[in-house]
Amino acid sequence: MATGVKNWVRFEFPSISENISFARACAAAFASQLDCTLEQIEELKLVVSEAVSNSIIHGYGRGRDGVVVLEIKLREEKTIDIVVEDRGCGIADVEQAMQPAYSSESERMGLGFVFMKSFMEELEVTSEVGVGTRVRMVKSLLPGRDELGE
Amino acid sequence: MHVEIEAIRDTLMARIRGEIDLATADELREIIDGRLKNKGYKAVILDLSGVSFIDSSGLGFILGRYKKIKGQGGMLYIVGARSSVSRLLEVSGITKLIPVYANEHEVIQR
Repeated sequence: MATGVKNWVRFEFPSISENISFARACAAAFASQLDCTLEQIEELKLVVSEAVSNSIIHGYGRGRDGVVVLEIKLREEKTIDIVVEDRGCGIADVEQAMQPAYSSESERMGLGFVFMKSFMEELEVTSEVGVGTRVRMVKSLLPGRDELGE
Repeated sequence: MHVEIEAIRDTLMARIRGEIDLATADELREIIDGRLKNKGYKAVILDLSGVSFIDSSGLGFILGRYKKIKGQGGMLYIVGARSSVSRLLEVSGITKLIPVYANEHEVIQR
């Protein structure tokens, strides 16, 4: 096991939208080992949902024969490290894709990356056209000063 | 996800239960848009009191229905959203466009 990693899970599943709820439920169940708050669990479910949805919609253009990989590491100091990866079409301009309200579909709000950025401490997106996209999100689940009442 | 649709005069009430994400938003869109083909509706009320999770696909579904009913000269209302759902409605800016009430009675009495 890598240094500082207390536990990890990695699994892959077909790029079908029915698997989004499965992915976020697994992430929530796994993260609960860190004894986090309900609000933190809700946020983790949301960011996993957004990243997996992006892979299905944009990575594979809603094609059902792609594969999405979800990897979660629970690190020392109550830090969670989530990676969502696809081998889809990739993003030509990552910076543009991460802009608020940018969406290639008319009925989508372009908030996926905005939520990932807002609710996680680190967001790293690497993508190569024709190869795929890797989204890594990291967050410390230690209580903040305000939560401790300091 | 489960949705119960009720037409009360010129108002279409949709009581949604479960989670709204990419998988369920498509189904909800089809059901509600099917009912909106009857152009007579002046209001759509989305009762989200039974919704335990929503993501940006779900928010997109709500915004899409808002645009549709607005285009038909009507209005969309959201009622009963739980705190986790409410928070995302606010963060996304949806509450600046769509009135949010505690329950359907408040909409009727507005």
